[in-house]
Amino acid sequence: MATVSMTVNGKAVTADIDSRTLLVQFIRENQLLTGTHVGCDTSQCGACVVHIDGKAVKSCTTLALQCQGANVVTIEGIAAADGTLHPMQEAFREHHGLQCGFCTPGMIMSAIDIVNRKGNDLDEHTIREELEGNICRCTGYHNIVRAVDAGAKAMAGSAKPMKHAAE
Amino acid sequence: MYAFTYHRPDTVRQAAGLVARKEDAKVLAGGQTLLPTMKQRLASPGNLVDLGSVAEMKGIERKGRTIVIGAMTTHADVAGSPLVQEAIPGLAALAGNIGDPHVRNRGTIGGSIANNDPAADYPAACLAMGATIITNKRKIAADAFFQGMFDTALDEGEIVTRVAFPIPGKAAYAKFPNPASRYALVGVCVAKRGSEVRVAVTGAGASGVFRWPEAEAALSKRFSSKSLEGMAAKAAGLNTDIHADAEYRAHLIGVMARRAVDAAVGK
Ligand SMILES: Cc1cc2nc3c(=O)[nH]c(=O)nc-3n(C[C@H](O)[C@H](O)[C@H](O)COP(=O)(O)OP(=O)(O)OC[C@H]3O[C@@H](n4cnc5c(N)ncnc54)[C@H](O)[C@@H]3O)c2cc1C
Ligand code: FES
Ligand code: FES
Repeated sequence: MATVSMTVNGKAVTADIDSRTLLVQFIRENQLLTGTHVGCDTSQCGACVVHIDGKAVKSCTTLALQCQGANVVTIEGIAAADGTLHPMQEAFREHHGLQCGFCTPGMIMSAIDIVNRKGNDLDEHTIREELEGNICRCTGYHNIVRAVDAGAKAMAGSAKPMKHAAE
Repeated sequence: MYAFTYHRPDTVRQAAGLVARKEDAKVLAGGQTLLPTMKQRLASPGNLVDLGSVAEMKGIERKGRTIVIGAMTTHADVAGSPLVQEAIPGLAALAGNIGDPHVRNRGTIGGSIANNDPAADYPAACLAMGATIITNKRKIAADAFFQGMFDTALDEGEIVTRVAFPIPGKAAYAKFPNPASRYALVGVCVAKRGSEVRVAVTGAGASGVFRWPEAEAALSKRFSSKSLEGMAAKAAGLNTDIHADAEYRAHLIGVMARRAVDAAVGK
């Protein structure tokens, strides 16, 4: 056993865990935040993407212990304090950027990371290249790409601060 | 994953000490290769020494005509570095094309070259640009460092701390990615420094990254993709697998080499 402390969606948490605990297990099973999904568990699909210190990573390929002292934000942490969806979440809803929804948390966390790095005006090619690490088995990606484009633009105009912004 | 004891040293010295002292110890860098391997139980270190807090292993600096990159620098940081973009744009572009954004946010240059995956990108850049791999014990020329599939000149417990790239006059990397994994089916890096031209090939060789002397000779006469027209590598010693056979890889080496030269001269 080992002790780990980190911030998850703005809340300081400390826990005794098995060293083997993956960040995604810590989030889902210890913090009971089940919005972050495990699709492949082999670093391919991106369903498990969260932000560590503002950067998108695959939480199935990170040990919880590696996040000692880090600021972790999951899909549960991005809506505004009053419950208003984050502009990227809203864009996925508006543009029907999902079918079963399994890949969606990872898609949205990746999409916000893309905007943080590449700005609000994204072309389709950039969006598709940047979604390389996120696999969707349902949609065929067209609506996801549209949602990311619209969400990126909406993020430029959004005044509402995120509840637990790490960015 | 089998159980292990986790350590998080702050200095290279402490890390090297832990690796030497603890039984069955392995260093953990970005974990993008090691953690999946441990999940599959193909690796089961008893002690895991996380280099994530070793500040002296991070960062990029320019020292005269050399770019020195700390082993714990992520692919994203190399890709986004103004220093690298200015001095060796081909290297920044290579780093920006490894895997996907999430892998680039964690995977490191030290982990990539220590692992020496036969389809990894950085080994081709190190070999073509004549990089020097600096460890906690010594300096190793890239020509001597990469010794075959997943095999390097590193001793047991030796830690890569930095990689030094002499700034080439012209250099670029072209990769034909496996459409599923994004690893190189074939990747070719060309570099010209003074009158010396070096061409390194990854993804294709049965024993990892290698140089292509015929192309180097042709490009030394004239550094233009025209010098490589119609040239393909020899298929002997190349990989055949479900993705491509040796003949196709030999052909792709010629195509990627020409693309890399065109990119290097700014075409
Ligand atoms: C989905 C996916 C796609 C990928 N695509 C590509 C690709 O297109 N091209 C490519 O080149 N790579 C690719 N990779 C691999 C990626 O670049 C890895 O990050 C890299 O190979 C290993 O680096 P790491 O920092 O994650 O090392 P780790 O996984 O932490 O370590 C790898 C090995 O190196 C050892 N090691 C690590 N650091 C050091 C050091 N400083 N000194 C001595 N030994 C050390 C470890 O003990 C371990 O044995 C991909 C990986 C994934 C998961
Ligand atoms: S569950 Fe992490 S990448 Fe698929
Ligand atoms: S909506 Fe079903 S996997 Fe993407």
